[in-house]
Amino acid sequence: MKIESAMLEDFARGAAFLGTGGGGDPYIGRLCCAHAIEMHGAPELLPLEALADDAKVFSVAGMGAPTVLVEKLFSLEEAHLAVSKLERFLGRRADAIIAAECGGINATLPVAYAAMRGLPVVDADGMGRAFPSIQMASFNVYGVACTPMVIANEHGESVIIETGSAIAAEQIGRSLVVHMGASAMLSCYPMTGAEAKRTAVAATQSVAYGIGRAIATGRGVGQPVAALLAYLRTTAYYRHAHLLFEGKIVDVERETTRGWVLGRCVLEALEDRGARLEIRFQNENLCALRDGRVIAIVPDLIVVIDRETAEPITTETLRYGQRVSVLGVSAPPAMRTREALAVFGPQAFRLDHPFVPIETLAATP
Amino acid sequence: MAQGYEAPAGDSSVLRIGVDVGGTNTDAVLMDGRRLITFHKHPTTPNVSAGIVGAIRAILRAGGTGGERSPASIAAVMIGTTHFTNAFVERRNLSRVGVLRIALPAARGVPPLTDWPRDFVTAIGHDVHCVRGGYHYDGRINSPLDEQAVAQAARQMKARGLNCAAVCGLFSPVNAEMEERAAQIIAQEAPQIAVTLSSRIGRIGIIERENAAIMNASLVGMAREVVEAFASALRALGIEAPFFISQNDGTLMSAERVAQYPVLTFASGPTNSMRGAAYLSGLSDALVADIGGTTTDIGMLVGGFPRESAISADVGGVRTNFRMPDLLSIGLGGGSLVHAQAQTVRVGPRSLGYRLAQESRVFGGDSLTASDIAVAAGYARMGDAARVAGLDPALVQAGVAEIHRLFAEGLDRMKTSAAAIPLVLVGGGAVLIHRDIPGVSEVIVPEAAGVANAIGASIAQAGGEVDRVYSYQQLGREGAIAAATQEAQRVAMAAGAIADSLKVVEMEELPLAYVPGGAVRLRVKVTGDLALARPQGTATAEVSA
Repeated sequence: MKIESAMLEDFARGAAFLGTGGGGDPYIGRLCCAHAIEMHGAPELLPLEALADDAKVFSVAGMGAPTVLVEKLFSLEEAHLAVSKLERFLGRRADAIIAAECGGINATLPVAYAAMRGLPVVDADGMGRAFPSIQMASFNVYGVACTPMVIANEHGESVIIETGSAIAAEQIGRSLVVHMGASAMLSCYPMTGAEAKRTAVAATQSVAYGIGRAIATGRGVGQPVAALLAYLRTTAYYRHAHLLFEGKIVDVERETTRGWVLGRCVLEALEDRGARLEIRFQNENLCALRDGRVIAIVPDLIVVIDRETAEPITTETLRYGQRVSVLGVSAPPAMRTREALAVFGPQAFRLDHPFVPIETLAATP
Repeated sequence: MAQGYEAPAGDSSVLRIGVDVGGTNTDAVLMDGRRLITFHKHPTTPNVSAGIVGAIRAILRAGGTGGERSPASIAAVMIGTTHFTNAFVERRNLSRVGVLRIALPAARGVPPLTDWPRDFVTAIGHDVHCVRGGYHYDGRINSPLDEQAVAQAARQMKARGLNCAAVCGLFSPVNAEMEERAAQIIAQEAPQIAVTLSSRIGRIGIIERENAAIMNASLVGMAREVVEAFASALRALGIEAPFFISQNDGTLMSAERVAQYPVLTFASGPTNSMRGAAYLSGLSDALVADIGGTTTDIGMLVGGFPRESAISADVGGVRTNFRMPDLLSIGLGGGSLVHAQAQTVRVGPRSLGYRLAQESRVFGGDSLTASDIAVAAGYARMGDAARVAGLDPALVQAGVAEIHRLFAEGLDRMKTSAAAIPLVLVGGGAVLIHRDIPGVSEVIVPEAAGVANAIGASIAQAGGEVDRVYSYQQLGREGAIAAATQEAQRVAMAAGAIADSLKVVEMEELPLAYVPGGAVRLRVKVTGDLALARPQGTATAEVSA
């Protein structure tokens, strides 16, 4: 399957859903893809299992402040600088491009870059959703080294980083990005086809498209939320999809600390007055509590969508009075193992609750 | 909380005229300070000016208790118009535009006009030039301006016979110097080209700001003609007072500025309507709901100004980010169709619209509308109540409940907190509402609401706004806010505000993620009363800036 221009709107909306409140507005990513496809043609979406074991796979992602991104946009030349420098450093050329993150704006960028390179983009990623940090990736959990990593900006400036851990790469990378203009491109987790097949979360790009498609089709018949839930239940990983709550937002609190946007949002049920849902977030939604009891928790996906249109709502645009539906969706199994939870489970976000799968929580009266 | 509107200081004996040039009617009001003396509605004419002349002539002749007024007694004329919005949305009389983006080597992934509907690109052409230049988020130079490339682009635009150009620079809301320098270069190379600078219109967000600049450039040719039509209308009436045009945020622009920046009038219609309605009610903080035949438009007034939309606004399919009032439109109006099915009653969103007066039950038709329900319930009077007397009381009761539920939900979605606030209710469909609404402290239905737009235009003030990134580490929070406020005041005074009437009406702080040193995006808006020359015979003349 190729990713054609006509698919981008659905793909970007699905990516916003998998952003679980964060990951940035994929509007810019969609335009960047549209332009790249117009210039270079549509890229092939390669199933993960179709990768050759010895294929050379390179990731590409953007990192930076949203306020800066909306001015500097993306330049694929920047992405190319990051990837090509890493190719030269390792002495091997890319056979395929992979997304590090399938939620938000970073889902779209690898598609645009793959189009530019004339390479396939792998139908997989390293998060199965969006996360705020580089180390929070299945690649890291299952033993692919994050570095060497290259960070590049639009001036042709680039830095190669080699660290002993992914978390050190995140910390050093973050401070470098600030000095490189607060928005940059990076390529990390260089890997082989065999490593990708062992560590990546499969089929997430096509699921993103499927989610967007389901919402669009559902709108046609006036049932976008139902159509979305029905679609998720047909997927391999996201099949435990629960409508956690329907209500209106009655309170939103945010604070920016150490570069993160932390906060919480309180909803009140539309019918059953008195029932309340609280969502805690750090860029992405992390934890949903109904009347004080946890009903969904990271790494499972918690997504706030418009009740009428099923449009995903980012944590930045939550505000009083919105009528929303809150969905809880199971994360892929590889994102729920003990090793995985050590990297991006509740404790990694300083939450006091243990991880309990959404399907277990939903079955508990 | 609600406060009384303060009358502009020292303004009590100054006569102003407010005009609203709508798609159907041109309304004029004569105001003595804050008092409405008289108003008149005249059909809008194709050349605009005849309608304005007709409406103003009628109010001067009526003159209120003082008898006929002379044109010389008028101190200022304020005009609100949806002319430019309609022209853009209908792709009517648009000029071809040269686009100059100053951002290389950044922003290459999404070139100008990428997401524009094709019929627009056909109308305005695809003449795009990208050159080196632009700033960082904090105003430092990201790359120096390539002046030669700007000159070359200007020569190419000239060779192609273009008369309008849009210039958009990377982070130009933070630092507009390069955009201004580019405008100088274009003026040297091709003096006939009218240049729109994005920094004068939009906010941070290069795609949306650039789109707004391109839109504006496409309207500049027409704007000159329309402003000239306004001026000639006033000349024909013998009015020599300055005239102003109201912009999206409820402040005023001079005629010369409108000729350069017509896009800033795009949302002035709903803004004037909300401000006029609130003015009539004496409130400055309130919900305003305008219930028409098909929809109810709900807005929030804060400090006398509409709350602005935080999200990007689509105009005719083009994404922009200029200052627009935050409005919620719900499908509830006097003509909304009522469906009863089993136990549930639905109202709208389908509506009879203007056919209400023929096809609804009380007017002799067969369709059951929200108005019929309100008449049957006994609280609204229109048409023939006998024609709905036989309706099932349970249906009527359920219909009334549904109308109020939809309305209350719409109001609640526009509020920012659960606290009860006053509601100003206008529009022909206001009769649908009669019960107490949860979350509303009082409901005010002002008289003369039919000319709220023209009144809103007449009371507009001069304003200035700054949207820029400041370092709290360098300046301190107080210092940064003071610097931003001073700059906004300077802009407001340049727009004609009296210095000692300036007030901060909005302030927003947005800390930047990923950026150290306490970088905060600060947006400050100030407004003040317009300095007006007193009409003849008064000694204390103040000259407008």
